[in-house]
Amino acid sequence: MPDTPNMDGWQCPTPPAAPEQVLLGHGSGGRLSAALLRNLFIPAFRDLGLNAEEDQASLSLPCAEPNSLRLALTTDSYVVRPIFFPGGDIGRLAVNGTINDLAVGGARPIALAAAFILEEGLALSDLQRVVASMRDACKQAGINLVTGDTKVVDRGKGDQLYITTTGFGIAPPGVSLSVRNPRPGDRVLVSGTIGDHGIAIMSVREGIEFETVLESDTAPLYDLVVAMLEACPTLRWMRDPTRGGLSSALNELATTAHVGVQLTEAALPIRTEVQAACEMLGLDPLYVANEGKLVAVAPADDAGRLLAAMRGHPLGRKAALVGEVVADHAGVVTLRSLIGGERVVPMLAGEQLPRIC
Amino acid sequence: MKYLDEYRDPKAAETLRRAIRAATTRPWTLMEVCGGQTHTIVKYGIDGLLPPEIALVHGPGCPVCVTPLETIDQAIAIAARPDVIFCSFGDMLRVPGSERDLLTVKARGGDVRVVYSPLDCLKLAEQHPDRTVVFFAVGFETTAPANAMAVWHAQRRGVRNSAVLVSHVRVPPAMTAILSAPANRVQGFLAAGHVCTVMGYEEYEPLAARFHVPIVVTGFEPLDLLQGIYQGVRMLEEGRVGVENPYARAVTREGNPHARRLIDEVFEVTDRAWRGIGTIPASGYRLRARYQDFDAGRRFPVTARPVREATECIAGLILQGVKKPRECPAFGGRCTPERPLGATMVSSEGACAAYYHHGRLHTLGSRTNA
Amino acid sequence: MCLGIPGKVVEVYREHDLLMGKVDFGGVCKRVCLETVPEIAVGDYALIHVGFAISRIDEEEARRVFALLEEMGELDDLNR
Repeated sequence: MPDTPNMDGWQCPTPPAAPEQVLLGHGSGGRLSAALLRNLFIPAFRDLGLNAEEDQASLSLPCAEPNSLRLALTTDSYVVRPIFFPGGDIGRLAVNGTINDLAVGGARPIALAAAFILEEGLALSDLQRVVASMRDACKQAGINLVTGDTKVVDRGKGDQLYITTTGFGIAPPGVSLSVRNPRPGDRVLVSGTIGDHGIAIMSVREGIEFETVLESDTAPLYDLVVAMLEACPTLRWMRDPTRGGLSSALNELATTAHVGVQLTEAALPIRTEVQAACEMLGLDPLYVANEGKLVAVAPADDAGRLLAAMRGHPLGRKAALVGEVVADHAGVVTLRSLIGGERVVPMLAGEQLPRIC
Repeated sequence: MKYLDEYRDPKAAETLRRAIRAATTRPWTLMEVCGGQTHTIVKYGIDGLLPPEIALVHGPGCPVCVTPLETIDQAIAIAARPDVIFCSFGDMLRVPGSERDLLTVKARGGDVRVVYSPLDCLKLAEQHPDRTVVFFAVGFETTAPANAMAVWHAQRRGVRNSAVLVSHVRVPPAMTAILSAPANRVQGFLAAGHVCTVMGYEEYEPLAARFHVPIVVTGFEPLDLLQGIYQGVRMLEEGRVGVENPYARAVTREGNPHARRLIDEVFEVTDRAWRGIGTIPASGYRLRARYQDFDAGRRFPVTARPVREATECIAGLILQGVKKPRECPAFGGRCTPERPLGATMVSSEGACAAYYHHGRLHTLGSRTNA
Repeated sequence: MCLGIPGKVVEVYREHDLLMGKVDFGGVCKRVCLETVPEIAVGDYALIHVGFAISRIDEEEARRVFALLEEMGELDDLNR
């Protein structure tokens, strides 16, 4: 490498000064989000059992036999503008997203709770539409919605409508999909094209809207997970790469499991339209949100079988083997570019903003 | 996508890589002028494919990086006004002013919006006749025609509630400044291809002759960069000076005469301060007197306060190619992409941000190998 | 600086006395200003920067560079 950076002083950086206010970037799923968790939430709740490594927590019933079924619990808030977008709406997103957080832990989604924060002035017809859409999404995924809550805030104090869904599921005994499982040599797979949801939202956002309508990929993934676990019981880990995109999910893996991840750019499934939109806005599809995709890690020997099973499912037709878990550069995700060069795929810093440069 | 995919072809890239290796017999330092080119170099790992003799220095061609602190502060003050809708390209939002950035203004209730095109601001102004829509018109010669068009069109259509805060820079004077600096080590340039689509490359010819350097008009795809490096190295090895243009699919010697006329109608050349570098004569554009009604700086005068750059930040030396990011004491510690001290750490193609991510692998890689 | 993306002009029209066009970027269409490339025709490719065409792409010139590259590649293969 020419003029090799020698970064001896870099390895133990002084922690950056904490921002005094919450910034949008704290919600982007990138490094600021991670810092918030690490510096604020985990210290507060660690001894109360907070599990921040996975998308869901798993609990055993006090009276249950050891190694029997475990309960899985997850919760997620949904804030999206616009609340109706091509391919979905905030309600469908709130149902599918929480189902997926359970599913990637191998848990069968059983029931949902939903809390609504409504802004004064929201059209009741819009709320009606969102609720009907949630009902459809629950029916489609075969999950009940059993309890909920509604609050209203002053006009201007909320953005139309926020939804928090809490999901409750049952994890079969013996399935461990911990982020600490992956080993060097394992393969990394994604279940389909990346970046579809984030670009769909952006394509209708004021100021950068396109003439072409691109649809969000929001979908419930439990069914696909069942097919995957059946074909590949040795599956090590899964995650639905929502905000922050594939890069954030894999950086979390690399950091927590102390492994390196090496991606192959040429193998990444990306829709032509999404690629084009990213080129135009100067965005990287690796950082763009997905709502109906998952990334999985499996032992090399089983990866082919797993890939076939994924491709055999309607939600995994475009599944692809995109990379490998490596022992080198632990904690870092790299990518072999189309022309053979290598680069680091860092965690997103702040929000990804369209650029001109 | 046509004209993109074929320029990312691995086989052709390999051919060029070999050709570069074969052509290189001794160390050479080339500067890619434009931040977009730095971005491609980092994104595709091009620097790692080159022979060790070739050093690439990342130039000042990032409008986000070189906009002066005073102007950022001015933008922030205007954006915080309740009677203003402040529009900007996305990447300006995170650049730190002396106290905060535009994202923070937004967090505190300012109406700050990201736009894709300056023409979108006219539409916004027509939709919000009770407020002034201010566009942060930054950029190099590439962006100048679009920004000029927005002003020209606003005047023609009488959209009185639109204004621009102009912070435009020109490339050739910056290249002159770099080459004139006593510490300069740049031996050849990859000229910014998209600046040249507008301006052509006539103005580089006297520059090449005066400073005895080769200049290669270079595009933005990986093959363009490799081709530019290849031709630059060939010229250096053969002792040739002058301008070559392998980006001829988009660039002619004269540039785009219509775009140049438009720039000339709306803007005039002026001295300009570059963040971290200082004032460079004739290196900027400002609105001509007949368009002053659209000058946001005049419409919303902000009392300029003396500003102080973070004393540790050496972005100026980095933008001139004199120092490398790792030579900065704050690099990676007190200055990171989340909490940047200087603009070169902010923009995704700022040299410091590029090194921050890139170097991480190298450090860890060498540690693993050791 | 200066993100510029090539797209195919699929429609040309005038709006508020400006030459505008619809440009297709690999399946995503966007309306852009064509005022500084007045010679452009439907089917041509243009380089678009911030919603503004800055130049028409010259197909001949593009081909020329690739022909040179191919030649280099063949020579390279021979020499190996």
